[in-house]
Amino acid sequence: MVTYIIRRLIAAVLMLVVVSIVTFSIFFVVPRLAGVTATDFANRYVGSKGATAETVVALADKLGFNDPLTVQYGRWVKGIVAGSDFDTGASIEHCPAPCFGYSFITKTPVWPELLDRLPVTVSLAIGASVIWLVAGVSTGVLSALRRGSFFDRAAMGVALAGVSLPIFFTGMMSLVFFSYKLGITAPGRSYTSFVDDPVRWAYNLILPWITLAFLYAAVYARLTRAGMLETMGEDYIRTARAKGLREPTVIVKHGLRGALTPIITIFGMDVGLLLGGAILTETTFSLPGLGKYAVQAISANDLPKIMGVTMLVAFFVVMANLLVDLLYAVVDPRVRLR
Amino acid sequence: MTTEPLLTEPLLSVRGLEKHFPVTAGLLKRQVGAVRAVDGVSFDVVKGETLGLVGESGCGKTTTGRLITRLIEPTGGKIAFEGEDVTHMSQGRMRPLRRDIQMIFQDPYSSLNPRHTVGAIVGAPFRIQGIKTEHGVKKAVQEILELVGLNPEHYNRYPHEFSGGQRQRIGIARTLALKPKLIIADEPVSALDVSIQAQVVNLLEDLQNELDLTYVVIAHDLSVVRHISDRVAVMYLGKIVEMADRKDLYETPMHPYTNALLSAVPIPDPKRRTDRERIRLQGDVPSPLNPPPACRFHTRCWKAQEICRTVEPPLTALAPGHQVACHFPENFAGNPSGNAPSAPADGQEKEPGTASPVS
Amino acid sequence: MSFLELKDLRIHFPTDDGLVKSVDGLSFTLERGKTLGIVGESGSGKSVTSLGILGLHKGTRARISGEIWLDGEELVGAGVEHVRKLRGKKMAMIFQDPLSAMHPYYTVGNQIIEAYRIHHDVSKKVARKHAIDMLARVGIPQPDRRVDSYPHEFSGGMRQRAMIAMALCCDPELLIADEPTTALDVTVQAQILDLMRDLQRDFNAALIIITHDLGVVAELSDDILVMYGGKCIEYGSAEDIFERPEHPYSWGLLGSMPRLDREPTERLLPIQGSPPSLINVPPGCAFHPRCPYADRTAGRSQTEVPELLETHGGHRVRCHLPSDQRRGIWENEIKPNLEAS
Repeated sequence: MVTYIIRRLIAAVLMLVVVSIVTFSIFFVVPRLAGVTATDFANRYVGSKGATAETVVALADKLGFNDPLTVQYGRWVKGIVAGSDFDTGASIEHCPAPCFGYSFITKTPVWPELLDRLPVTVSLAIGASVIWLVAGVSTGVLSALRRGSFFDRAAMGVALAGVSLPIFFTGMMSLVFFSYKLGITAPGRSYTSFVDDPVRWAYNLILPWITLAFLYAAVYARLTRAGMLETMGEDYIRTARAKGLREPTVIVKHGLRGALTPIITIFGMDVGLLLGGAILTETTFSLPGLGKYAVQAISANDLPKIMGVTMLVAFFVVMANLLVDLLYAVVDPRVRLR
Repeated sequence: MTTEPLLTEPLLSVRGLEKHFPVTAGLLKRQVGAVRAVDGVSFDVVKGETLGLVGESGCGKTTTGRLITRLIEPTGGKIAFEGEDVTHMSQGRMRPLRRDIQMIFQDPYSSLNPRHTVGAIVGAPFRIQGIKTEHGVKKAVQEILELVGLNPEHYNRYPHEFSGGQRQRIGIARTLALKPKLIIADEPVSALDVSIQAQVVNLLEDLQNELDLTYVVIAHDLSVVRHISDRVAVMYLGKIVEMADRKDLYETPMHPYTNALLSAVPIPDPKRRTDRERIRLQGDVPSPLNPPPACRFHTRCWKAQEICRTVEPPLTALAPGHQVACHFPENFAGNPSGNAPSAPADGQEKEPGTASPVS
Repeated sequence: MSFLELKDLRIHFPTDDGLVKSVDGLSFTLERGKTLGIVGESGSGKSVTSLGILGLHKGTRARISGEIWLDGEELVGAGVEHVRKLRGKKMAMIFQDPLSAMHPYYTVGNQIIEAYRIHHDVSKKVARKHAIDMLARVGIPQPDRRVDSYPHEFSGGMRQRAMIAMALCCDPELLIADEPTTALDVTVQAQILDLMRDLQRDFNAALIIITHDLGVVAELSDDILVMYGGKCIEYGSAEDIFERPEHPYSWGLLGSMPRLDREPTERLLPIQGSPPSLINVPPGCAFHPRCPYADRTAGRSQTEVPELLETHGGHRVRCHLPSDQRRGIWENEIKPNLEAS
């Protein structure tokens, strides 16, 4: 068991290293191969507003775009681990670790901004995931138990719609209906910190939560239904019934426990990804989260920010996977052998 | 029936065959041991005979079958077919050989592709081996279907349209397509209903007579093996512990394990359930990952003495054509290893059965 | 009244392809301390019968009729909740493959404790002690340690022992074993059969053993019931069935089986064809398409379902052939062939 945990931890760290190399390559190496020069990079960095050609060339040199790629990568990683300094021309900005770079466009270091946006995204992801997990799994279980019934067909129909409808559509529709027409939910564009006012926090987020959860709950309902149908046909379910267990015990303790494994897997992945920002939801509801931040960074072509968000998403996904692997061992004792 | 020394060259000759599956553990997945699935197995099969390989789960009988057909690579030993060493022959050179050695599998449900018609399944060997047939593949396939007792009109049907017994016939038809010389049958009837088992056993016997086939039949059912085999090899934890003609093995078994196996088979005769002498082994077969040292059976053997834990008994012929690997064989008057003290089983449960005391 | 009595039990399943008559008019009785062997091939309805007695088809789409009397109580008409309370306590079951029949995520001990506590209002500690006792009772070494093992950490034989411990933990009066040794090795099978024989004597339970293996049945059973196409086609004492079988299907089963206790015969005497699908049970006598003697009944085999009639001393046979003719065929045509050298 200890070996198992250690092996998973090492794998997670290795994964992060690989992701950092891939991220760096996508943003620095691949463009190079495609013919982008150091000057082009410098141009993009400063936003090329009114800078002369000579300034840009000098800047490219100063920012180190002419150094070998390995040196550039080393410098980038060193920044994340140990922090680094950036010369903005006017002053020298110190960017403490973890330094994900410094945006010359907005003249801000990236990390504090990420930290600033994180609570919004975390609130959105956690709230939505609780809702979809409860709604999706219970719908799936009921559907499986009443397979072919009206409930099953209706639930699976709604689930199909949930999977198929894009979030900006369901989001817009619910905004129009619940916020503008009925006025029972917040109209978006608003976020209150949980620490300041928990009720306000929930009120502001309830519509994004439900919209986001609707999409995921649909997937989970279908997954749970399939899993339950399979486990409820297992021999050990028959044994549980033959022991004289009550049907709810049979379903939850023996059936659902058996069907949980694939749900845990996908749940870890989904939450990990969402922690990096629910781009469509945050945009639709104008929530100042990481997703929105990423969109803004991309449209401004602000490289340090894009890389920062990317690394953060990767970190969350890897961590979520690690958690899933460890949960596996808790759920399924056979995994501990490996 | 074969007697030693063999007068004719055996069709199949296996010497010291080994298959060790590596076992890894720890952070770096270092190899910490090996599952000795097959650990030094030697036997000959002459043309036209049936050799039965019998044993409990984990004894290596199935692995042995797969090694002979080269479905898996041996880690040691030698396999010769018609005098030619085929142990490490390349896939390309194996090709003509694959025609000669065919395999029948246990499960007639999973070993047939459900999306292919019977014609396609039975005809596939022709196409794969690129064989020209006189009147076309279809005619050839239909002849084979008729041979195994299936309606040749069912050429275009799919496996699911057949019952379990018929599916096993399809499996047999497929192996017969290329007129093999040797057929390895791995539990050919154990997945079938009782009444169907007998049909398939009879079919295998008829085909052997008609086509002059040689069989290696792998099974756990001692009754079926006795019925179908000329010679029988009993395996335990990767080794052959006893090999003899059918009559000798079943009437005067020498290895204690063989005795225990035979004694354990339930007899369908309610009158005899009270008067039968029984040998009851304790526990299950040990794991082949760390098999007991020396004689592997000593942990469950009621006759085991110190020598059994330290010296591995070789497989030696104690009677003509009757090989046993045991320090204290049953039904035997002599002293097999020459170094065993003539002491009765020390304080162990008195050995039941008909065996004469070791002297 | 008998301890267990089935009267005309029918269990039918409506499917898209038609009505599957898995059990079609089954009657038998069984006393405490006695063993009934139910023999049949796949699709004969033997496993459906066992689940039906436990009431596990209740609340499904199955159509159940007839009567099941257990210790003076009728179960077919009884409420779902009432039968559930009897399950595991008054009647218990052992399944074929203990690896798939035990939940892989819970320890063996937990599964026994669960079975015990559902019927006994005791603390976990008391139940755990009981589970350890039960494991010791069925011959598992170091039960106080093995109680915390998971099923996959047991060997096949140990798992089946644990399964038996679980079934016996509430001291049931009726025990049903469905192919209890089919998944096991021969030497382990012998151990389990010995164990079941001993335990039945100690617990004085009524035992139903369901199997396709005539050897296993002969080892344990007092009475034997042969099923074919959802119906009982022959019923009698173990000696009747093995010494004086009267149904052509029973003859076929005996002829199909190579035996270690006799000289090897040159050829086995199989039954032609395959067992019928329960959706399409042949009309008349279900066995007639495979029966070599069907032509001796003047066409009744194809049209008329034979009655299960007593021939002598509790031996009952469902066959159109007259009893003396059947005995003649057995003595003169079948028996000599089975013993030929």
